[in-house]
Amino acid sequence: MSAAALEARGLTLVYGSGETAVRALDGVDFQANAGEIQALMGPSGSGKTTLLMILGCLLHPTAGEVRVEGQLVAGLPNPALARLRLQRMGFIFQSYNLFPALTAAENVQVALELKGHDLGEAPALLELVGLGGRLHNFPRQLSGGEKQRVAIARALAGAPPILLADEPTAALDSINGRAVVKLLAQLAHEQRRAVVVVTHDPRVGDLADRIVHIEDGRIQC
Amino acid sequence: MMRGQAYRWGMGMAGLLAWRNLAHDRSRFVVTLVGISFAVVLIAMQIGLFLGFTDSATNVIRHTRADFWIVPKGSRNFEITMPLSERELYLARSVPGVAHAEALLVQFAIWKKPGGGDESVLLVGADLNTGLAGPWNIVAGHLEDLRRPDTVMIDRLFAETLGVSALGTTVEIRDQRARVVGFTQGIRSFTTNPWVFASYRTAQHLTQFAESETNYVIGTFEPGADPVRVQDALARILPRTDVDLSEQFAARTRDYWMFTTGAGASVLVSAVLGLLVGMVIVAQVLYATTVDHLPEFGTLRAMGAPRAFVYKVILSQAVISATLGHLPGIAASLLLAKASESGAALVLIPPSLAVGLFGVTLIMCVFASIISIRKAMDIDPAMVFQR
Repeated sequence: MSAAALEARGLTLVYGSGETAVRALDGVDFQANAGEIQALMGPSGSGKTTLLMILGCLLHPTAGEVRVEGQLVAGLPNPALARLRLQRMGFIFQSYNLFPALTAAENVQVALELKGHDLGEAPALLELVGLGGRLHNFPRQLSGGEKQRVAIARALAGAPPILLADEPTAALDSINGRAVVKLLAQLAHEQRRAVVVVTHDPRVGDLADRIVHIEDGRIQC
Repeated sequence: MMRGQAYRWGMGMAGLLAWRNLAHDRSRFVVTLVGISFAVVLIAMQIGLFLGFTDSATNVIRHTRADFWIVPKGSRNFEITMPLSERELYLARSVPGVAHAEALLVQFAIWKKPGGGDESVLLVGADLNTGLAGPWNIVAGHLEDLRRPDTVMIDRLFAETLGVSALGTTVEIRDQRARVVGFTQGIRSFTTNPWVFASYRTAQHLTQFAESETNYVIGTFEPGADPVRVQDALARILPRTDVDLSEQFAARTRDYWMFTTGAGASVLVSAVLGLLVGMVIVAQVLYATTVDHLPEFGTLRAMGAPRAFVYKVILSQAVISATLGHLPGIAASLLLAKASESGAALVLIPPSLAVGLFGVTLIMCVFASIISIRKAMDIDPAMVFQR
């Protein structure tokens, strides 16, 4: 049996100490599999973005463990964690986080170069997200939905098996939001990627294979 | 696909990102380049002045064809000197390995201008028959004209200062009449006292220097002679003098004027200040550019970009800024140096200085970017999820 793309056991994260300590996560178990899109939902401050950061190896839990494709990440030095993120994960951010001085194609090419892939793959990736005609446009020349699709194309550079998205539809109107969610679901189902989406957006829930509710740092059954 | 000049220059996406980050805010980029150019001009002019002063301080020594100089013991420079006995000349001629030795007279004198007023000048009297010393770069008149009694040559740079409007002008030097029979071009003096060239006899007459005395003995070695051994032999036989090879005496004079008097030190301090000012300007602008793009560096770190990529972006910004800032700076400096050729203070910017300054500019910009690198590397990559 193949390992889960992402697996977390007993994740706990405590900020501060003593009486002012805050338990952002409290014994969370989580699993994401290839070919599956999961929505992490919950009220603001519930711990869903914190969980995503720990799954993305950007934050160390106070207790518990994370495995990426079966590999335990605890104890890995920062350069190894960065390599793991670079080669095995793609990130999609709420505010797109594109490089404003680079064109759509160049934004994707940065990720391709970092991952050691041919820069010539950029047009195909942008074609995949429906932006084949916008290669040379700068982010300021694109709509919010288009920017997020460029961000998705960038996350897809190097074909990472895991996609982590933080509120990818929060800044989009309903049409663009739905299109982005459909695209993410399509990437999970057709390209066998494990997609984890932190969201408040019920449309994501509609298309997700699984919805995980978090509240007060705990998974709600 | 178009990837921009920076990519084509082999700098990769890091270079392209660096270039675009800089060019994205054009007004700030222009300020950066002006700051770097200003620093380059400041450093180039100060070092150019230093080289110009050095050239002026040693030009008469360097333009003699002498192999060695016998100078009064303890002499510290060419201009201010004590008398030597003529005996030293004859003793020098007797040393094996010395092919030729002759006297050279260098004296301060008062020059009375034809229209009234005095000027202090440095009179150089040389044996014109050997060609070992004397004026060079003669642009009006002939060396032969100096063989006539009481004739002198001056440099065009000082013609107005000395009240000489044309060849043939008669002046007074130490109350002796002398006629200007030639002009040289570009023979400056570190002390700002104009050089006046004459034959040895004329100089002796004009300065009323005793015939049994002189200021320097200069000479040449026989072909194949060991310069150091002959120098040692001269020093042994002339214990009341210092015996220098030509380059040693030039260095002695240069070191006196440039360092003992503090003139050179002040110029070098200005050059270092120029470097510091440039570094502060570049550091400030690169830092501001980095701070503006911190979220992008955060994104790169979150994506898993290695530290080297972030270093490369920031260092590429420094290299691009240095290159584009150096070019107008050195061009302006070369123009100013060219303009200085007609003035009393020469600014010398040889090709090696122009190239060397590019290295200095690069180092300055790279050093200035270290603070920016630290700022970019201090970012918590998780920040991209917290906006």
